[in-house]
Amino acid sequence: MVHTSLDVVDEKISAMGKALVDQRELYLGLLYPTEDYKVYGYVTNSKVKFVMVVDSSNTALRDNEIRSMFRKLHNSYTDVMCNPFYNPGDRIQSRAFDSMVTSMMIQVC
Amino acid sequence: MEGLTLSDAEQKYYSDLFSYCDIESTKKVAANGRVLELFRAAQLPNDVVLQIMELCGATRLGYFGRSQFYIALKLVAVAQSGFPLRVESINTVKDLPLPRFVASKNEQESRHAASYSSDSENQGSYSGVIPPPPGRGQVKKGSVSHDTVQPRTSADQQEPASPVVSPQQSPPTSPHTWRKHSRHPSGGNSERPLAGPGPFWSPFGEAQSGSSAGDAVWSGHSPPPPQETWVSFADTPPTSTLLTMHPASVQDQTTVRTVASATTANEIRRQSSSYDDPWKITDEQRQYYVNQFKTIQPDLNGFIPGSAAKEFFTKSKLPILELSHIWELSDFDKDGALTLDEFCAAFHLVVARKNGYDLPEKLPESLMPKLIDLEDSADVGDQPGEVGYSGSPAEAPPSKSPSMPSLNQTWPELNQSSEDTAIVHPVPIRMTPSKIHMQEMELKRTGSDHTNPTSPLLVKPSDLSEESKINSSVKFASGNTVADGYSSSDSFTSDPEQIGNNVTHQRSHSGTSPDNTAPPPPPPRPQPSHSRSSSLDMNRTFAVTTGQQQAGVVAHPPAVPPRPQPSQAPGPVVHRPVDADGLITHTSTSPQQIPEQPNFADFSQFEVFAASNVNEEQDDEAEKHPDILPVEKASDSASSLRVAKTDSKIEEKTAASVPANVSKGTTPLAPPPKPVRRRLKSEDELRPEVDEHTQKTGVLAAVLASQPSIPRSVGKDKKAIQASIRRNKETNTVLARLNSELQQQLKDVLEERISLEVQLEQLRPFSHL
Repeated sequence: MVHTSLDVVDEKISAMGKALVDQRELYLGLLYPTEDYKVYGYVTNSKVKFVMVVDSSNTALRDNEIRSMFRKLHNSYTDVMCNPFYNPGDRIQSRAFDSMVTSMMIQVC
Repeated sequence: MEGLTLSDAEQKYYSDLFSYCDIESTKKVAANGRVLELFRAAQLPNDVVLQIMELCGATRLGYFGRSQFYIALKLVAVAQSGFPLRVESINTVKDLPLPRFVASKNEQESRHAASYSSDSENQGSYSGVIPPPPGRGQVKKGSVSHDTVQPRTSADQQEPASPVVSPQQSPPTSPHTWRKHSRHPSGGNSERPLAGPGPFWSPFGEAQSGSSAGDAVWSGHSPPPPQETWVSFADTPPTSTLLTMHPASVQDQTTVRTVASATTANEIRRQSSSYDDPWKITDEQRQYYVNQFKTIQPDLNGFIPGSAAKEFFTKSKLPILELSHIWELSDFDKDGALTLDEFCAAFHLVVARKNGYDLPEKLPESLMPKLIDLEDSADVGDQPGEVGYSGSPAEAPPSKSPSMPSLNQTWPELNQSSEDTAIVHPVPIRMTPSKIHMQEMELKRTGSDHTNPTSPLLVKPSDLSEESKINSSVKFASGNTVADGYSSSDSFTSDPEQIGNNVTHQRSHSGTSPDNTAPPPPPPRPQPSHSRSSSLDMNRTFAVTTGQQQAGVVAHPPAVPPRPQPSQAPGPVVHRPVDADGLITHTSTSPQQIPEQPNFADFSQFEVFAASNVNEEQDDEAEKHPDILPVEKASDSASSLRVAKTDSKIEEKTAASVPANVSKGTTPLAPPPKPVRRRLKSEDELRPEVDEHTQKTGVLAAVLASQPSIPRSVGKDKKAIQASIRRNKETNTVLARLNSELQQQLKDVLEERISLEVQLEQLRPFSHL
């Protein structure tokens, strides 16, 4: 399912055309018939994509929240990137990053 | 004395103790006092102590040489272990635990003990290797940590045989590690004989735990003795430097470092807890780090790029994950580069880690980089490591605010540019607003007076080419505003601005736009655009004109000829130019100024002219009209305007116009439009049906009148002249435009006339009937 969403993201990106100015790509709606979850996409200026899968049962995840989550995610990601010891492409093992993500998730739930 | 064989740990321990006692730093003799204290601390009965002393031969020698000291220590150990004191026992007793010395009550000793313990803890083989950051720091400081160190020392002492390595984790093994470590610093480590098993210092009589427990304590805090860390890590001289550093300092403090008494875990823990900051960096350490920093980055205020730092720290052979974590902790501002402070922190952490200390989750306070700059702009591209950052870190302002939002800083390219983009505001165009204001004012004014004045204004812009249009509009505006007095000044300013804005050349003109501020010599309105100093002139000139008709004139900034009054326009247009010319000719008063404010002069003159001698003007205009062809017209109009302005008399018109025209030559286009416009207006006036036009012309005349006055006053400053020249040029363009429009109108009017005549002709026969 994530792969599918990635395809959709690519679609969107190509559609965006002009500029990736709009970081926010709230792609809401990839709801599979059975799996009711929502997938949010977010792409950065460097074409790094963040995909967030949310369980639909979590009703009130507001758009703003999602955006803020993505923003935080983006921030943490750049922090991780800053680390010269981190090779892009590796699994992110940064503790700070993980903790941030976890806290974010907990906060939502 | 028998030969004394000491185990390594013992060796170390003893040597430490010896150093401790060697207050005179003679390295040979242990001060009696100290030794005695030491012995007392051993909690041995006095007689035993005496015995020991005797045995070791000190009594004989009268002092404690190293060998004696060692023997004594050994004997203490023996005694403490319960073995009978025998000389033989020195060597015979195997597995003799390190002598234990109760932490001397006395400050010194305790301090020493503390330091020692801490040292021993920290340094395991603190053999001159870089002292373990925190622990060492404490030790080194010698001040605070001493007490705390002591327990640690005891912990250390626990490991008689093995240097305690990583206080943190490997409790029981610590002693061994110690030893190991002590062995390690082979390369260049000066051995601080951390005699492992030395007399035990049970710091506070507490933990005399046997060997292991205490180690656990360590695990708390003191960073493990870096020792080989440094050796291996640094593979470089620094190690040696550090080593040298250490031995010196350490020795002093931790003479008894090796007295790793069996500090229990509690003690150590206590110690660590008592330590405010186990992560503190000692001065030596700091110095070492700084040196290291220098090797990478000579500028101490500069940054070490991520890639360089990566290489450097990779040498430490720590796993990448840990290095990554260390980086995360130490790169405080998240800029991908390390400042000196950050670097020291990172180094410290590496050292600690190498010594077995766990990395904290959060950067300890003592390691927090000082806030050098609170710049948040981390304009450093954070490229994941490798990328040659070299440039960027340098650029990156050492922003160290702890709360540095990572976003701002770490955001690689994105934010940087945004941050960098200083929003350069283009030159404020006061002009525009003021111009608008002016126009508004004009409109208002004109509206009140008559629609005509404004119409030209309105019309003109639309009709005229951009340049002229704007100029004209500006001029008109200014003209209009002039009447208002200060408002005109606004117009002036706006004029210049506007004109400036418009690519039109007439910038200067705009500035000079009739600053007919006040009828009385308008206080040189603070020309917003200084390029338009001419505006000032205009003011003056206008002032001269007494702005009587300024209002009228203003109303008609050389802008749009009353297009709206097409019917009227043609006529007036036709006449206008003529008038303008006439006016120009008249404006002989200040030929020199004419170029500057041709328009205004013309206009004012024009107005006056028109008002006064409409008919005459018509003729003149008609005559001159042909002359008023674009450029010529401009000049003519300008001159005519000027003429009109100055004299506001038709008679002079012709006379003035000529010279005016000549002078006007300089101001090609701008003036013409104005005069043309004026002409228009005058034509309007001529048209009986348009009284408004007369008003307009009156306005124009006023403007024109004001203009002449300005030229007169001008001529003082070259600047003013130049400004006025510019203004005139602008006026010229405006007038040219106006001219063209008027021409158009003229044609229309002529056509109408023809048609009317035809009709008349047709009707005439009937009239007869």
